[in-house]
Amino acid sequence: MKTLRILLASLTALRRNVMRSALTTLGIVIGVGAVIAMMEIGNGSSASIQKTIASMGANTLMIFPGAAASGGVSFGAGSTMTLTPDDSEAIQRECPSVRDTAAVVRSKNSPVVCGNKNWVPNEILGTTPDFLKVREWPLTEGAAFDERDVRNAARVCLVGQSLVRELFQGQSPIGQEVRLQNVALRVVGVLAKKGANMMGRDQDDVLIAPWTTIKFRVSGATTANTVTVATTTGSTAATPRGQLFPGASRGTYATRSAIQTKNSPTPVRMITVDQITVSATSAAETTEAIAEITGLLHERHHIGEGEVDDFNIRNMAEIAKALSSTTVMMTNLLLVVAMISLVVGGVGIMNIMLVSVTERTKEIGLRMAVGARGMDILRQFLTESVMLCLAGGAMGIALGRGTSYLVAKLLHWPTLPSLGAIIASVLVSASVGIIFGFYPAWKASRLDPIEALRYE
Amino acid sequence: MNLIELRDIRKTFFLGEVVLPVLKGITLTIAKGEMVALTGASGSGKSTLMNTLGCLDRPTAGDYLLDCEEVSRLSNDARALLRNQKMGFVFQNFNLLPRTMAQAQVMMPLLYGGKHISQREARQRAAAMLERVGLADRMDHQPSQLSGGQQQRVALARALINQPPLLLADEPTGNLDSQTTREVLALFKQLNEQDGITILIVTHDPKVAASCKRVIRMADGLIEADETTVPRSP
Repeated sequence: MKTLRILLASLTALRRNVMRSALTTLGIVIGVGAVIAMMEIGNGSSASIQKTIASMGANTLMIFPGAAASGGVSFGAGSTMTLTPDDSEAIQRECPSVRDTAAVVRSKNSPVVCGNKNWVPNEILGTTPDFLKVREWPLTEGAAFDERDVRNAARVCLVGQSLVRELFQGQSPIGQEVRLQNVALRVVGVLAKKGANMMGRDQDDVLIAPWTTIKFRVSGATTANTVTVATTTGSTAATPRGQLFPGASRGTYATRSAIQTKNSPTPVRMITVDQITVSATSAAETTEAIAEITGLLHERHHIGEGEVDDFNIRNMAEIAKALSSTTVMMTNLLLVVAMISLVVGGVGIMNIMLVSVTERTKEIGLRMAVGARGMDILRQFLTESVMLCLAGGAMGIALGRGTSYLVAKLLHWPTLPSLGAIIASVLVSASVGIIFGFYPAWKASRLDPIEALRYE
Repeated sequence: MNLIELRDIRKTFFLGEVVLPVLKGITLTIAKGEMVALTGASGSGKSTLMNTLGCLDRPTAGDYLLDCEEVSRLSNDARALLRNQKMGFVFQNFNLLPRTMAQAQVMMPLLYGGKHISQREARQRAAAMLERVGLADRMDHQPSQLSGGQQQRVALARALINQPPLLLADEPTGNLDSQTTREVLALFKQLNEQDGITILIVTHDPKVAASCKRVIRMADGLIEADETTVPRSP
């Protein structure tokens, strides 16, 4: 009840000088408004910048097969084939930090023929439809091939912008046929322009087909990309230890009896892919995703403690670094701007409250004469400044939200409403009221009632 | 029964090197229900004595017993509560809050009483007190809308809202014309006689002094004369 009456008394005091109260509040209104508008616009810009950088592949991970070694000589990354399409599906299924995965096979760069033209693209990739999601690569025309096309090794493909330019003179290639090593592929979609990557490689100079098509129709199933695992003795050519995965107690396929082997000596085909491309749920989750994938592949490939991994995981460290430094810088910039606005508003409040204390010296003396303790005076002035700040904060929130709404509507800048900014500015405006209102209030409470009453 | 008992009250101001004795040993008793005028030339120490009596200032030496209780050595907060409960102040220049309605002015001391009083009860008490001083129809007026006499009556209502036994008036008629002076003094007298409130008036005006039963004259920090006379109406 006493609190209520102090509130009422403060309100009456503020109402006695509406203009001054309004002007004082204006400082905080503008301060808080600026903070909220800046935060929303800043957050929007930051999010859109981050999204742009992320689409460059900040959250992309690439898993390559490990290196083969023989007698101390390493043959470099990709010299063994240890990744299978099943690995890709297992990663997708079992790693929570992973958004999409796509198995990738590469074909050697051979000319793509269309009518009387031919062109050797930078990359010929065989993959799954999820590859486009992993790379965040939209289509400008047509539609992507689907899972059924992958299962059937359908003769379809997607082409990049550079191919469209070189082979079709910019005309729509949808429905046209191109030939790749004498395999006719129907173009079903055109990839959006992506430009060069960080190494200056033209990313649009690409042809993408289902990986089964590339592997079994174009490259030929029995050539380089297939590991031949003969269960007969001495099958160490491709897998030096006679096992596909080190430490495997059991082969991938059921062991056949000697009679079976004798009866049908056909080698068992182990289907492998060149690479698995994975996108983490966000750029921040890549570390988590790497840990999950490593664990899963250790289990699947029977790699024990202390044994050498038969795969490598790489992330886009350069892009990720750019992303995180951009985010940190944006956040700091916004924070500094917000702090400056609020301190300026707070100093304004302190000025006005000091003026108010001087002007109301007589009133303070009178209140003390009729029995107000120093504490009561302190509380009243503090309440007044906190009320001013909170009212200013409330109006500032409206002003800030309004500004960011107008900016989004009229200038089409990206804005992102930030509940954090609103809560923070309410808390900060209350603390500005307390901190900057304390000195004047303390000064008022220390007045000598006799002096104060005599003050003119 | 003595309301106020002063024993050898001394007050000395130290202004750097200069030692300035203002009260040089005042011994005084005022009984309950008295109406006393305190006069004297300026600089005689009557304002300082008034501040001491009003618990706004501490004496340098001596004892001050208010209602048989030693108060000169109480803490600041305890003296604030004492001012709130035991005495009312009326000033020469009224000291009303600017741009505040009469009712709110009168309610103000209730805020500091330390007791729980609802807003409703506070309003009612303020209204009753304004009615007592004859301003029932002026409750929502601001000081600028009131005459000098009316303003002083609002101040009086404010001083009396906590029903204090002692009323201290510092030149209460100094800013009023003779007609309003008579009205205000009549009101003082009525309060003194009907409600038994002890009243101490500091005044220069011999006519105001003459309306009191007892006149204390001060000179040079000491009581020069203490006379009880038959009061005349001014």
